[in-house]
Amino acid sequence: MTFYLVLTVNSITFGGLLFLLSSGFSLIFGLMRIPNLTHGSLFMLGAYFGATFVGGLLGLVFNFWVAALLAAIAVAVFGAILERLLLRQLPGQPSAQVLVTLGVSFMVADFCLMVWGGDPISVATPASLAGFVRIGPLAFPLYRLAIIVIAIVVALGLWLLLDRTRIGAMIRAGVDDPDMARVIGIRVSQLFTTVFALGAGLAAFAGIIGGPILSVYPGLDQDMLPLALVVVILGGTGSLLGSFVGSILIGFIYNFGQALLPELAYFVLFLPMLLVLLLKPQGLFGKFVP
Amino acid sequence: MSLKLSRRTFMAATAAGAAAATFKFPTPAIAQNAPFKIGLLTVKTGPLAQGGIQMEQGIATFLKEKNNTLGGRKIEFVSADTGGNPAGAKTKAQELIERDKVNVILGPLAAFELLAITDYVRQHQTPLLSLAAAEDVTQRHVNPFIVRPSATSAQCMHPLGDYAAKELKYKTAITISEDFAFGYEQMAGFQRVFQDDGGKVLKKLWPPLVTPDYTPYIAQINDVDCCVNGFAGSNPVKFMRAYQAMGMKSKLPLLAGWTAMDDALLHSLGDEAVGVKSAHWYSADFDSESNKRFVADMQKNYKVLPGGYSAGMYIAGMCVEAVLQKNGGKADDKKAFAEDLHKVSLKDSPRGPFHFDQFGNVVGTVFIRNCERKNGKLVNTVIKTYPNVSQFWTYDPKKFLSQPVYSRDYPPLKR
Amino acid sequence: MSARTIALAAAAVVLLTLPYWIPGVYYLNVASQILFYAIFAIGLNILAGYGGLVSLGHAALFGVAAYGTGYMLQAGFGHPVAILFALVAALAATALYAVLSLRASGIGYIMITLALGEIVWGLAYRWISVTNGDNGISVHSRPEPFGISLASPSAFYYTTLIVFALSMVAVAIFARSPLGAALMGTRDQPRRMNALGYHVWAIRFWASMLSGLLTAIAGILFVYYNQFISPQTVALTASAEVVLMVIAGGAGTLLGPIVGAALVVIVKSVVSAYLTRWNLLLGAIFVAIVILMPEGLVPGCARLWRLLKGRSRTERKGVEVER
Repeated sequence: MTFYLVLTVNSITFGGLLFLLSSGFSLIFGLMRIPNLTHGSLFMLGAYFGATFVGGLLGLVFNFWVAALLAAIAVAVFGAILERLLLRQLPGQPSAQVLVTLGVSFMVADFCLMVWGGDPISVATPASLAGFVRIGPLAFPLYRLAIIVIAIVVALGLWLLLDRTRIGAMIRAGVDDPDMARVIGIRVSQLFTTVFALGAGLAAFAGIIGGPILSVYPGLDQDMLPLALVVVILGGTGSLLGSFVGSILIGFIYNFGQALLPELAYFVLFLPMLLVLLLKPQGLFGKFVP
Repeated sequence: MSLKLSRRTFMAATAAGAAAATFKFPTPAIAQNAPFKIGLLTVKTGPLAQGGIQMEQGIATFLKEKNNTLGGRKIEFVSADTGGNPAGAKTKAQELIERDKVNVILGPLAAFELLAITDYVRQHQTPLLSLAAAEDVTQRHVNPFIVRPSATSAQCMHPLGDYAAKELKYKTAITISEDFAFGYEQMAGFQRVFQDDGGKVLKKLWPPLVTPDYTPYIAQINDVDCCVNGFAGSNPVKFMRAYQAMGMKSKLPLLAGWTAMDDALLHSLGDEAVGVKSAHWYSADFDSESNKRFVADMQKNYKVLPGGYSAGMYIAGMCVEAVLQKNGGKADDKKAFAEDLHKVSLKDSPRGPFHFDQFGNVVGTVFIRNCERKNGKLVNTVIKTYPNVSQFWTYDPKKFLSQPVYSRDYPPLKR
Repeated sequence: MSARTIALAAAAVVLLTLPYWIPGVYYLNVASQILFYAIFAIGLNILAGYGGLVSLGHAALFGVAAYGTGYMLQAGFGHPVAILFALVAALAATALYAVLSLRASGIGYIMITLALGEIVWGLAYRWISVTNGDNGISVHSRPEPFGISLASPSAFYYTTLIVFALSMVAVAIFARSPLGAALMGTRDQPRRMNALGYHVWAIRFWASMLSGLLTAIAGILFVYYNQFISPQTVALTASAEVVLMVIAGGAGTLLGPIVGAALVVIVKSVVSAYLTRWNLLLGAIFVAIVILMPEGLVPGCARLWRLLKGRSRTERKGVEVER
């Protein structure tokens, strides 16, 4: 009984982390139709930056949340530069987009290895969330529960942004019909830069928030990118609700699949992804077929 | 820190290469004055770079200590980055042997890299001192040119099984390790001896190599005396953090293989590692002359505590030196060099006294350590030593080899 | 004799005499690698370049052929049987791969092929009775066609060169054939092709089969070259690498994939000996290509060449007018 309870709670918390990871990718893919293959590297870069800020930089030790914010902003700026200099030139050229995003991910990965070395960096859980929560016979780490809360906060924030602000309306217009949006005077290219920066910032934020659980190590980018892809495909392209529901669903599939079907552990994520792509390519809540 | 000494210019190499391709020069009498070339197959890019960088640091420290001269012969050192995949290992082995014409190869890091190059190395009769486990290379498919001064996957886990059953008096265990050969072989080694000593392994868990969250597996660990893990790379950090986060640390003692609690990994770990007992063929706090020197040099050169990856290469360097010293610097006969490597027996080394068995694998000390905090830093303190441990533990080699290879399902669980 | 024929003849001479002037056996072996990776890239180019279908799981098909060869050899069969089995197995896998992936196009196709590739990678690790897991399968000998042992680097090189030349000819013929033209039509104007009565799916399917055949041939050469196969060969990074070769060299061109293959192999094998941060360099080269020549190295250089020729012609004209 406790076994299933643990799995259920962990599914939700892992889903929360997946949402933070994939929200950025979903946003960029939804609006700009760019499969941002640097997403994993931006996640890892944010984690490394955040770990450095938390561990102390130039004698200043930052509070965990401040460090997360700083890391997100730093990577968002990097993302904006990337978009302006490189991706802007390549609308509708998927091959060139693939080439440049993979090229940048190689560079970022090697850069991180050069600067931070090969050893994994452990990120300390913020002191305020370091304890346990007792749910009946169960003791569950407080930090993991906090991640769901953070995920919900971020989801609500994004929803408010998209649904209640002018810029959100412009983004949604851009997702639904980019050409029409241009016709009615929306500065789509500026919007693109902003969205890409936001997506990059979200990835970086997810990286450092995930730090106490995943730690930071070379190869983190390659481990996390397929997960983001699976969530976005399953949940649906261009839909925030889809990302959220998809993340929780993947959380359940992952936890229960690994525990109950260990023989299929390697396939527990990609088989559902394949099935969705074959049967309902726009995903559960998707707005368009990729 | 670049260790590449001046290479020959490309033109010289071209001329030499073209000449070598068409002529067969008789070995000149001045061969001893030519530098002795050591090639290192390591990984400097990608996820395996963690161990690869340490391997290079280990051999670099050794050569620096010896002023690049072993047995009176000047040493030229070439480092090659395989990228951590078998095709890369093959290409770089070819580069070292065909282009750089090294006398001996150190490394590689991963078992699948060693398996990819073992035939090639034998064909070209190049002696190789391996760090990689890949048990069969010193068991059922012996390569006479390869010696392994580190350990086979199961070599340290056999004594751990013994220690768990006899000293810690555990009766039941659950094992958890990555779903690949190194994991299978380690856990099989523990299980074999643990079961022979009266213990019982109830479950064997195999999370995939890439597992972001170990919680679904940790949730299956309960109702046993201990949990044994053999994680490698950066996975031990993730696993032990999750283990502690689930409240398991205080309930269920954790035992570990060498990669999971390597001394070089300690600076990435925290309280989750305190109290974990591990079995290793090297320990930074081992009190030998050469080890004290080695640890001090590593801290001076790189500000790191050395672990198995660097110690393995340092010790390999010592073996090469021993052979060169024995032959007065002469090393033209590769076959003889390989045979002499098998005969190396050192009393003082960072891992203590060791020699090689007839298959080329090391016979040496295995340390059981307990992780604790000393002056705020994590250290692995040696609590028991098993001397003269071979890859076969106390079993008869012939009987051992007649049984199936250690795998995911062998030995089978006791009913 | 046109400039193209001269260039072709020169290239042939260079390639045929390579073992005699290349500075060492090591570089001869690198040349062999470039050739069979080029065949792999040419195979992918049929789909990704001419067909507009970027497959991010092609290493899986490459791996099926390599594993097929290794498995049969380990089971005790001879080289001809092993090679035949590998080709058949790879073609069967390609057919399944095509049926599943051709349900989509564009980015959906990329995602399906990525998922298929990851599934094959998982199989390579877990189906230990067939693949031996990450311990891999060792191939202990190379074939000896007509009594010439391919264990010799120059014999292997010439064999690879012949296969490479045949593959190039096959793709050149394909590109000029009605099927090739139809494929490019489905890339550029799928709906119009459909309206014109072309069976878009069938065209793409047969293109996939041709692509699979070339990929399988490359896979067989790979396993005989390395004499080892393990799951790393079918990983996502391997699929990404061959996609990069095609795009960087110039998708949809005849020479592009070859240049791309040479670029990646040379940086990975040769430059890595001199530069620790070769991964960074490789990434930077890709980014530079996108900035300067987004259509690829070969079309980009051709464009540059035409630009320079055009400029010098107008300059000469300008001088004449002034006089």
